[in-house]
Amino acid sequence: MLRFAARRVLLLVPILIGLSILVFLFVRALPGGPETALLGENATPERVAQVRELYGLDRPVYEQYVSYVQSVLSLDFGTSITTRQPVAEEIARRFPGTVELTVTAMLIAVTVGVPLGFIAARRYGSWVDNLSTAGSLLGIAIPVFALGYLLKYVFALKLGWFPTQGREDSLMFRNEHPTGFYVLDGIVTGNPEAAVDALRHLILPALALATIPLAFITRITRASVLEVAGEDYVRTAEAKGMTRPVITRRHILRNAMLPIVTVVGLQTGLLLSGAVLTETVFAFDGIGRFLAQAVFARDFPVIQAGILFLAVIFVLVNLLVDLSYGLLDPRVRTR
Amino acid sequence: MRNLRRQGVVALGLAGLLVGTAACGGDSGTNDDGASGSDEGGGDTLVFGASADPVSLDPAYVSDGESLRAARQIYETLVTTEAGGTDIVEGLATEWEADEAGTEWTFTLRDGVTFHDGTEFNAEAVCFNFDRWYNFEGVQQSPSVSYYWQTVFTGFATNEDPEQGESLYASCEATDATTAVIELTAPSASFLPGLALAAFSIASPTALEEFGADEVTGTGEEPRFDGAYGLEEAVGTGPYMLESFEPGNRLVMTAYEDYWGDAPAIETIIFRPIADGPARRQALEAGEIQGYDLVDPADYEALEGAGYQLLSRPAFNVGYVGINTAKPPLDNPQIRQAIAHALNREALVQAQYPEGSEVATQFMPPELFGYADDVTEYEYDVEKAKALIAESGVANPTIEFWYPTGVSRPYMPNPEANFQAFQADLQAAGFTVTPQSAPWNPDYLDAVNTGGAGLYLLGWTGDFGDPDNFIGTFFRTDQPSWGTIPQEIQDQLEAGRTETDEAARTTLYEETNRAIMEQLPGVPYVHTSPRLVFAENVEGYEPSPVSIEEFARVSFSD
Repeated sequence: MLRFAARRVLLLVPILIGLSILVFLFVRALPGGPETALLGENATPERVAQVRELYGLDRPVYEQYVSYVQSVLSLDFGTSITTRQPVAEEIARRFPGTVELTVTAMLIAVTVGVPLGFIAARRYGSWVDNLSTAGSLLGIAIPVFALGYLLKYVFALKLGWFPTQGREDSLMFRNEHPTGFYVLDGIVTGNPEAAVDALRHLILPALALATIPLAFITRITRASVLEVAGEDYVRTAEAKGMTRPVITRRHILRNAMLPIVTVVGLQTGLLLSGAVLTETVFAFDGIGRFLAQAVFARDFPVIQAGILFLAVIFVLVNLLVDLSYGLLDPRVRTR
Repeated sequence: MRNLRRQGVVALGLAGLLVGTAACGGDSGTNDDGASGSDEGGGDTLVFGASADPVSLDPAYVSDGESLRAARQIYETLVTTEAGGTDIVEGLATEWEADEAGTEWTFTLRDGVTFHDGTEFNAEAVCFNFDRWYNFEGVQQSPSVSYYWQTVFTGFATNEDPEQGESLYASCEATDATTAVIELTAPSASFLPGLALAAFSIASPTALEEFGADEVTGTGEEPRFDGAYGLEEAVGTGPYMLESFEPGNRLVMTAYEDYWGDAPAIETIIFRPIADGPARRQALEAGEIQGYDLVDPADYEALEGAGYQLLSRPAFNVGYVGINTAKPPLDNPQIRQAIAHALNREALVQAQYPEGSEVATQFMPPELFGYADDVTEYEYDVEKAKALIAESGVANPTIEFWYPTGVSRPYMPNPEANFQAFQADLQAAGFTVTPQSAPWNPDYLDAVNTGGAGLYLLGWTGDFGDPDNFIGTFFRTDQPSWGTIPQEIQDQLEAGRTETDEAARTTLYEETNRAIMEQLPGVPYVHTSPRLVFAENVEGYEPSPVSIEEFARVSFSD
């Protein structure tokens, strides 16, 4: 297992190098280039030339890349043009919000999606199955932002159950935030009201964000369980007189889990990009909203660092998924 | 089967958790239509939906609307504008007087004023602030950091950029506790209205020093505010003091007990950053905020119908069709007049602009002094346009008409739609139009600013209440975009800038506006007025053309 893990971690190196090259090139391909982003609208050609020189944009691309990598390795991502604060600090401050949101969304997606897909498979062709199939299709098709406004309309404006925006009630400005994870902060500071408030602010954006992974997880679970349930070893187990719960737990679920875990991993990574829209619609202070605002403001140090950061998280989540294969299926370790 | 049941229980449990969490706080504020929001203000707290966080609470370093809005509540300036207008009235100074040369200004300061940190406001504090701005160095001199100082005072004690002009500010002397004498290097009529800008707020010298207000590093393009001042600390003399600032979350300000003026009616003001327009509207409808700025015109009717108050901010911008008078056939005055008569400006403003927008007759808004009611107006008249073309002697006039892409401005929400309407108008009058479009930045602005565009769409939003900030910016100096501006117009504008007698200035600018519209270096066509929205029970908010708006005047009706 250790060798398997080491091999997977080593594989990260070329992936991360490729990633850094992509992000580096992406920012330089922005319309007008970084110099326009920095100088704003009325820059004279002389000023543009000055800035190009200052930032080394007039140097050969490979030289620019080397200095870019050097600054990334020293965690110096520059200063945000809009907030005038170090980008690394700005991202670190907003990261807990995004983690809180994506973890909640994934919890919803897994705890609803896996049982739903399982039931649909075991009751293949029934109304539950048809409903879950149609529901997943809808979940994948509906744009996250449209769903966000809709959820707010129903659950906040009409029913009044949840707030429409933010991570915390505006009036709770005396709450303390030692960790930045607001639900956790409420608990550790002995302020249950704050924890509940933070949870209430999480539910709607998490639901909006959860729809797409929920739909995928439901469909994959259904397909995977259907496939495994038809395998010879399941029939043999049944023939041997094993009880249904034991067959389900030991033979069906465990074997069906591999593709489900893959989808969960991929979707967790994708949630980070989904957070860009969701956080904007819900005015939820996380990396997604920060990145969206940076794109509008052409805050290129933030765009560059934000994309790299999200991509690295995506790669790391998928590394964890890879490692979990080894735990779930011993055959993977020896391959 | 038992297993299935267990899964079902899990799903039900989750649903229960959702409803349970909702129930935990959903009942704390319910408005008339049954909707609720726990943030709901009222009584002692007002939550306002801002479109972004302030960049800094040190107004000397900012030029964006949200930072200035926040600064207005915490700080005060020597002079300010009357509520809802542009006339200069008392601020921290109760009287002011310029000497005959217009270079020595004596300000008599309000007595008994203290900063939020308890220190005394006096003439020394005033001079400390002016000297601080004047002595900005390095990155502080970047236009993105000290934009307004450079707009009003041009240069610094020691300019980092040798091409930067000499500073208008020379010195400040505190002759006694309540008298500050400011020396200028030349007379300037925009000095006084400029001082009403939030950028010239007087901050506590003690706090500025203690919390590192001058610690700015980085580069001109990427300045970095390292000090705690502006982010954690902000100390002025205003009706509200900073309680806490959590970027991305909220800015909280509470009433300052020892405020010299009338105590604010609302104890706590919270600015909540909600960048997304529809999200701001939903937050208002849920009762989580009680007002927001920059309402989407598409929402006007629905919001009004639902009982919200829409407040119009007096127009302080102008949209115009610029004409490069150096480019044939646009150098021919009759051709320019024909263009002006051909454009159906009323129809465009009605079709493309929100209610409350006005058709412009000159290059500055009617709210400003110096606006002339009797400029030459070019009413929509196709036949007259055709006749003028015939008289001009230019056969089959062809004009290149430029419009930008990828941009939206309050005075030009959809440039392409404006272009299409005007193109059709010009063609109807007999012009042959060659369309030219370019991305707003840098291509379009470059083409216009270097004189490459003949006819083009552009506009301007004013910084402060002075005609020099409009027509002075446009025509006081030679600019390739306009082609040739007659010397007498430039001289008049220069005279207006240095004249200190307001009545004389008014006359001068009225005359200049007439001369400009006679010369016709462009056809101004619109002034728009953005709107704010407030809950029904919010009273006393006065929108200002120059966005000098104080929450201290706001209250809740019973």
